[in-house]
Amino acid sequence: MSQTETKNQSGTNRDIVVSVRNLETTFHTKVGPIKAVNGVSYDIARGETLGIVGESGCGKSVTSYSLMQLIEHPGEISGGEVILGGQDLLKLSENEMQEMRGGKMAMIFQEPMTALNPVLTVGYQMNEQIIKHMKVDEKEARERAIEMLKLVGIPSPEQRYENYPHQLSGGMRQRAMIAMALSCNPEFLIADEPTTALDVTIQAQILELIQSLQERFNMTVQFITHDLGVISEIADRVMVMYAGTTCEMAETQKLLTSPLHPYTAALIRSIPKFGSRVEKLETIEGSVPSLFELPKGCPFQNRCPNVSDKCKESKPPLEEKRPGHQVACFHPVNL
Amino acid sequence: MKPILEVRNIKKHFPIKKGLLLKEVGSVKAVDDISFEVMPGETLGLVGESGCGKSTLGRTLIRLYEPSAGQIYFKGRDFCSLSGDQLRKERKNIQMIFQDPFASLDPRMTISQILGEPLKVHGVESPSERKKKIEEIMTIVGLKSSYLNRYPHEFSGGQRQRISIARAMMLNPELVIADEPVSALDVSIQAQILNLLKDLQKEFNLTYLFISHDLSVVEHLCDRIAVMYLGKIVELAPRDKLFSNPKHPYTKALIEAIPRVGQGKKKMRQSLGGEVPSPINPPSGCHFHPRCPKKFEGCDKIYPVLQEVSQQHYVACDLYKGEQ
Ligand SMILES: Nc1ncnc2c1ncn2[C@@H]1O[C@H](COP(=O)(O)OP(=O)(O)OP(=O)(O)O)[C@@H](O)[C@H]1O
Ligand SMILES: Nc1ncnc2c1ncn2[C@@H]1O[C@H](COP(=O)(O)OP(=O)(O)OP(=O)(O)O)[C@@H](O)[C@H]1O
Ligand SMILES: [Mg+2]
Ligand SMILES: [Mg+2]
Repeated sequence: MSQTETKNQSGTNRDIVVSVRNLETTFHTKVGPIKAVNGVSYDIARGETLGIVGESGCGKSVTSYSLMQLIEHPGEISGGEVILGGQDLLKLSENEMQEMRGGKMAMIFQEPMTALNPVLTVGYQMNEQIIKHMKVDEKEARERAIEMLKLVGIPSPEQRYENYPHQLSGGMRQRAMIAMALSCNPEFLIADEPTTALDVTIQAQILELIQSLQERFNMTVQFITHDLGVISEIADRVMVMYAGTTCEMAETQKLLTSPLHPYTAALIRSIPKFGSRVEKLETIEGSVPSLFELPKGCPFQNRCPNVSDKCKESKPPLEEKRPGHQVACFHPVNL
Repeated sequence: MKPILEVRNIKKHFPIKKGLLLKEVGSVKAVDDISFEVMPGETLGLVGESGCGKSTLGRTLIRLYEPSAGQIYFKGRDFCSLSGDQLRKERKNIQMIFQDPFASLDPRMTISQILGEPLKVHGVESPSERKKKIEEIMTIVGLKSSYLNRYPHEFSGGQRQRISIARAMMLNPELVIADEPVSALDVSIQAQILNLLKDLQKEFNLTYLFISHDLSVVEHLCDRIAVMYLGKIVELAPRDKLFSNPKHPYTKALIEAIPRVGQGKKKMRQSLGGEVPSPINPPSGCHFHPRCPKKFEGCDKIYPVLQEVSQQHYVACDLYKGEQ
């Protein structure tokens, strides 16, 4: 039985590796608190890839940072649970979390320089992590690091191993960071826009690498991207976020071909389609509400073509409207 | 019409130093003998694999890096000979949107300081005038003015990207070098920003050098497209010609590799085979030959010249030797 078949079975016998329950993350800013993540729940099964999409600022990165517990003051995880392999990560000490990060769970950051130290060479940084989590000696760590740099398609890996981050191109920095995240065979990988700075051929190579590691080690992946083309190639299921909440979740093909939420539908229409050049790209009218002044009711109401009085009164709950297809909307499309 | 930007045989080589004495043992030929022109109001796209030298070229054009060789003419004037005040004045007209918004925004400055600074430097004295201009630009790039007193780290990746676009637009430049300006953005904002770039262009007759790895975006926005491979331009053509009739085997492979919605999850299509070569020691002859499906005898010997194969369509590949 192929990977995909096992994965696509919904229901009872999925082997859940990651379970996020009502996650809430709040930033206490000078002008008041904002809930960047406002009650998000999802599960990811072993070997599965969950794609997360949504407009800029909707909380994708903050969700990921929360899972890794990298939220810094004045932010805090203000509620919920993050269960990895039966353990609630939010109950671990910082020391225990450090053991996890880079080892059992790893993250590819949206901006490589958040993960790379500018004053240390790429090789030094990789070695340190490999020695810590794989318990190997320096020589083995170096070999492993160079092997990983090669796997992510960095040419002359031995020389690049000696480079400082600023000596690499944008895409090479991103790949160096990917190499670092994958170097200790994580059980759970969070990839936050991992291929944004990469051209299509190298993007393909990285996605293939992630998929092959996934097949070999049954790695579980949370994959954030704004590129629905990439989503359709890599994700088994997709979660769409809007203003800190989940608005839709379904199997990838179902979501892309018959979205239920008006927001998802609009998102799909706004992709520049290769080969069909238009004067103006379609956009979604209006803008995301500020997290300071979230309206009562549905957060998408001010931009929604289907809006009614009900939407302004109460917030639609996330409900299963088709088998395996959840949506938070009173007036779904395509139903 | 005269070109607004003329680039003649530009090179940028970075020395590789080794050992305690930092002896020079070679060089990275990041940009290696590139020439092209950009007309006023035009958008020239620059595409190519990661590490091929796109950002280095952009940074060299605004003289953030001094070129190792070659000339740059901006509106007919030798840009490389300028210094001091003259350079600062001319630079105002050429702005760059940097690839990594995280690294290019000063973490200790608020957004209003970041956007106000270029105005200050270029003599907009009145704080209320600065404020007005800042708020105007913020609205254009889709950021709320309530964000003005926040610091870069308080924003999401895409929001930061829009801040750096706003910063580049503050001084009404004539030429904007945009290095991957939309790749960190989700599709709906990407569409807004691309539309915005187009509107600004129409309104102010802006010229863009648009660096991107995303061919669908380039196709949407650019009039002409230059394809780079390992420090050199391998193909240069008007958009429609490049997409309907790509000549260079590398360009063909790039177009082939675009992910498209609706193809479903499957094994990724075979990416370009072979090792990505390194600009530290590029392959002999045509740099692309080790990965080229069409290579023939001689490709590993001499680097092919960039020649015009049909009107305005240039390609550096010996498959087309003698055409035209
Ligand atoms: N340190 C912080 N302080 C205050 N607000 C923050 C902080 N970090 C993030 N935010 C806010 O939280 C919201 C969610 O940000 P997040 O980075 O998760 O967005 P995202 O979905 O990853 O967007 P993008 O696609 O642009 O990367 C944004 O509105 C952002 O301004
Ligand atoms: N400051 C520097 N010192 C040494 N080498 C450098 C420096 N900047 C760039 N390089 C090298 O020059 C080459 C081209 O880099 P550049 O950043 O121009 O690539 P790029 O085409 O922009 O790639 P990407 O799409 O990944 O951003 C790379 O091999 C890189 O390592
Ligand atoms: Mg993000
Ligand atoms: Mg670059």
